[in-house]
Amino acid sequence: MNAFWIILTGCLVSISCGLLGCYLVLRKMAMVGDAISHAVLPGIVFALLLTGVRDSFTMLIGAGIIGVFTTFLIEFFHRKGNLQTDASIGVTFTWLFALGVILISLFAGQIDLDQECVLYGEIAYVPIDLWILDSGEVMGPRAVYISGIVLIIVVTFIIIGYKELLATTFDPDYAVCIGISTALWHYLLMGAVSLTTVASFESVGAILVVALLIAPPATAYLLTENFKFMLLITTVLGIITSISGYYLAVWLDGSIAGAMSTIAGLLFALAFLFSPKEGILTKSWRNKEQNGTLSKSF
Amino acid sequence: MENLLEFFSFADPNIRYVTLGSVLLCSSAAIVGCFIFLKKKALVGDAVAHSVLPGVCLAFIIAENKNPVLLVAGAFLTGWISLVAIDYITAKSKIKEDTAIGLILSVFFGIGILMLTWIQGSGIAAQSGLDHFLFGKAASLIGQDLIVFGTVSIILLAVVFLLFKELTLISFDGAFAQSIGFPVRGLELILTTLTVLAVVTGIQAIGVVLMAAILVTPAAAAKFWTDKLKVMIILAACFGAVSGVTGAYISYIAPSMPTGPWIVMIISIIALVSFFFAPKKGIVNRLIEKRRIQNQITEENILKLLFNIGEADEDYFKARTIKDIIQRRPFHVSVLKSGLSRLKNQGFLEKENGYWKFTEAGKTKGQRMVKLHRLWELYLTEYLKIAPDHVHEDAETIEHIITPELEKRLEEKLQYPKLDPHKSEIPYNN
Repeated sequence: MNAFWIILTGCLVSISCGLLGCYLVLRKMAMVGDAISHAVLPGIVFALLLTGVRDSFTMLIGAGIIGVFTTFLIEFFHRKGNLQTDASIGVTFTWLFALGVILISLFAGQIDLDQECVLYGEIAYVPIDLWILDSGEVMGPRAVYISGIVLIIVVTFIIIGYKELLATTFDPDYAVCIGISTALWHYLLMGAVSLTTVASFESVGAILVVALLIAPPATAYLLTENFKFMLLITTVLGIITSISGYYLAVWLDGSIAGAMSTIAGLLFALAFLFSPKEGILTKSWRNKEQNGTLSKSF
Repeated sequence: MENLLEFFSFADPNIRYVTLGSVLLCSSAAIVGCFIFLKKKALVGDAVAHSVLPGVCLAFIIAENKNPVLLVAGAFLTGWISLVAIDYITAKSKIKEDTAIGLILSVFFGIGILMLTWIQGSGIAAQSGLDHFLFGKAASLIGQDLIVFGTVSIILLAVVFLLFKELTLISFDGAFAQSIGFPVRGLELILTTLTVLAVVTGIQAIGVVLMAAILVTPAAAAKFWTDKLKVMIILAACFGAVSGVTGAYISYIAPSMPTGPWIVMIISIIALVSFFFAPKKGIVNRLIEKRRIQNQITEENILKLLFNIGEADEDYFKARTIKDIIQRRPFHVSVLKSGLSRLKNQGFLEKENGYWKFTEAGKTKGQRMVKLHRLWELYLTEYLKIAPDHVHEDAETIEHIITPELEKRLEEKLQYPKLDPHKSEIPYNN
């Protein structure tokens, strides 16, 4: 049963991450996703200090705000300070992450959060942290509900804003022409990314969220040219990653989140080599074949 | 205060190691970071930093102890592979660079975490302390580490010193370097190697997660103070050294505080202060400067307008209301009012119960603006053959920045013309 809860949480988290990651990858904002995942740390610490409970609604909101604030800061230094984007991202997130780690050490006695958890989460403890009703009824692990709710939010967001997100991602000029605010959707998307990062934080850790945000969408990107298929393939990849990641971790007796990112990387490597259209090996075979038929026809 | 004296007397060899180590690491990373910053590869540094983790673990699994030379070699290997992988993925597929960086960074880090937790579960006794690579622990630096890191720092400095011209060239203009026959690929390889070396030495103190800050933040901060590369490198190295010492000091007075994040915090504060308050390039100064120029343009436009109205009425010193002015040109009322009162303070205008009129100085200045405007319109039609109905907009912008020298040359070139393309008289001041 424990394995089931862990894998279920992993699936929920990786699907939410993957769906949003598709937009990040296509908008060339993968590293902004990375920055947000680091920068929400102080938000999480503050929320923990204020409420004292993990998984609280306050925590999601607080970190969501910090995430959007991070994107704003990156833009601000870039636009107003003439700082190049890569440096702007690098400076902003390392600063906020350092702040988060310092806060953790400062309030070590008051909050239940350690540095390892920040890095690779504690998905193995998901089944222990149960949601128990006042009547004493056990409802199952709390993390499952949290990541489930976030997945519902993410899917609703994508369904409602599908047209707007698509337009602002592929053709921002056209989007502006038909009256869609690119800035609004940009910040809404960033808000959604922050929310997902925070919700996934406890299970996979602040940094490995990035693997789930980027690797499955990048893999799907190599496998299809249809955006809807890309979302679908990402979802499937997320599920495969969670299941096989869990068993790899059990086999090696190591971190589940680490194993999940290893699998995600492996899947990408496979697609990179063997994708029917884009794989470098398939491409070179195709070339050889074509050269063969060409020389035969002469 | 006692702590401060005790710390800076460096009597305790431990303090000496830690401080010296932090300073060496931070400043040599900052120097290499300048070139990475200029090549716009800040996030690549981040990727290398995360990617050394599996190498460190691999070296440990092979050696079963924390031999610093082996760990550095292992870190070097995977750090290097990560850079090659990013380049390869970007070149050979439709994946963009940012995605490739994020992918390699997180996957390598994930593999590293998996190996690290595997080592921790395997029960090899010497593994304790290996997780210092995650957040760094400058406070645990010992003499042996210092020798390794000192050597690496000297190599870094020597290479940067010897290849300064070449590295500068490829950082600013790789295509040009290639065209004049520099071995650009080889030099980039050297820069890559330097990056990996800097990262590998730094992670012991800072940890893989925050290493990127030590590379790039000092360079970003220094960039706001100067335009000269040499000055920028020296400044960045100083910023790095200051944060290294401060970080070491903070973890000395408060041992529960992590050194790495504090070093990053200090260097980030230096950077934030630079971003906002650096003279010339700082955000605050740029805002002030922008405001000053906006004000100057408004003032000059008001004077010009008053002169135009006066020209039409043939009475330059008649008092005008705000309404009169707005009728001729749609200023924002608040902008106009503040502009008028500034002009009064500067002595160009006088105000009498709600009416505004020129002083002698005001008329002269308004006249000059009108003259510049018309001279430029004439210049555009005469020399650039632009149709007279297309020249107004351009003159409207340039009139504010024409210097007296340029004014003189325009007059000479156009031979002191009497009329502009719209047949308005060009007003001379005599």
